[in-house]
Amino acid sequence: MTADGGWVWMYGVTGDNAEPFADGVAGVGGVGGSLPRTITAARLTAVVGDVGDREYGEAALRRNLEDLDWLARTARAHHTVLEVVAKRGPVVPMRLATLFASDAGVTGTLQERADDFREALSVISARSEWGVKAYAVRPADPAGEPGHQAAGREGPATGPGAAYLQRRRAQLTASKDARAEALASARTVYAELGRFAVLSRLYPPQAPDLAGQQAPMVLNAAYLVADERVGEFAAAVDDLTVRHRFVQLTLTGPWPAYSFTGDGDGPGPR
Amino acid sequence: MTQGSLVPAESPSLSSAGPISGPQPANLGDILERVLDKGIVIAGDIKVNLLDIELLTIKLRLVIASLDTASQVGINWWQADPWLSADAANGSNRRALEEENRQLRSRVKALEARSRDDG
Repeated sequence: MTADGGWVWMYGVTGDNAEPFADGVAGVGGVGGSLPRTITAARLTAVVGDVGDREYGEAALRRNLEDLDWLARTARAHHTVLEVVAKRGPVVPMRLATLFASDAGVTGTLQERADDFREALSVISARSEWGVKAYAVRPADPAGEPGHQAAGREGPATGPGAAYLQRRRAQLTASKDARAEALASARTVYAELGRFAVLSRLYPPQAPDLAGQQAPMVLNAAYLVADERVGEFAAAVDDLTVRHRFVQLTLTGPWPAYSFTGDGDGPGPR
Repeated sequence: MTQGSLVPAESPSLSSAGPISGPQPANLGDILERVLDKGIVIAGDIKVNLLDIELLTIKLRLVIASLDTASQVGINWWQADPWLSADAANGSNRRALEEENRQLRSRVKALEARSRDDG
């Protein structure tokens, strides 16, 4: 714990271009409401903040991390600071709740892990992370759905019960085919967009409630895109969503390069 | 990520009326899946393994299904969603289909009985 009974919250690490942060990361309230500041060592700059023991000490943290509102608030504050820093240059984000007892601990980490930080910074330099999600949707035009025409070829129904069954069967086929189409489109989209990216990785789809969408998510991907190719990449997303009628695509970003600064222990292609 | 070379959020190429509504504000799930379990592992002075916190993972199950260890701790709803998973469609969903089949058969029987009565 620091002398005044608090902890040092570490947001991320940038290069030695510390000048933009000489006055702190002005105007941004960080985690716990304290203004972020910087610590420089080994030609690297850590962006940190000071947080109190009562809310961020080990015991409090265990309790608070169980509180989804607290977690959401803290995650957003952590992210907001990293977003501001990322606008000025590459930053290696720290995982949530990376806390040190003092500035000396941060300095020591910068020195010990300098090579790792520098390597990570070189990977994300002049590049940014973009998120692409695909939601399975049914095309508005029912005639375009697979299964519709097949149902028509089965000949006239011989009774109301048979007609009902036939209609129901066609619906089930269309639904199954739409799902298969959406999943196939998701795979194609993921691969196609990879051509415009330096690196890519897959996340599992998010639950519909979380995503704020009713349609099932079939793709949740992150891409590391060179700055000069961002326009091309966004155009490709536009183009793919027109060509693939069974998915709706959304683009988010630029993100701090969360997904491409790890130790390589994550799942999926990197 | 130098300034000026990024496409700003209000860029016409991204926000034009079209199938995509342009870059969207970060939703909580996007943020959580990125800040909880990503990045270089730095051992701070406080040891809290985020993924060891049982209640956290249970709560997250309600809102997020994207932790790396999701499958290990059973947060794998998408694997059980018949819409998304062929395995689920072949397995658990079969019971639903069988039930629907049974209901349809009885409905056909009722309809056929009624049409016989009418004729």
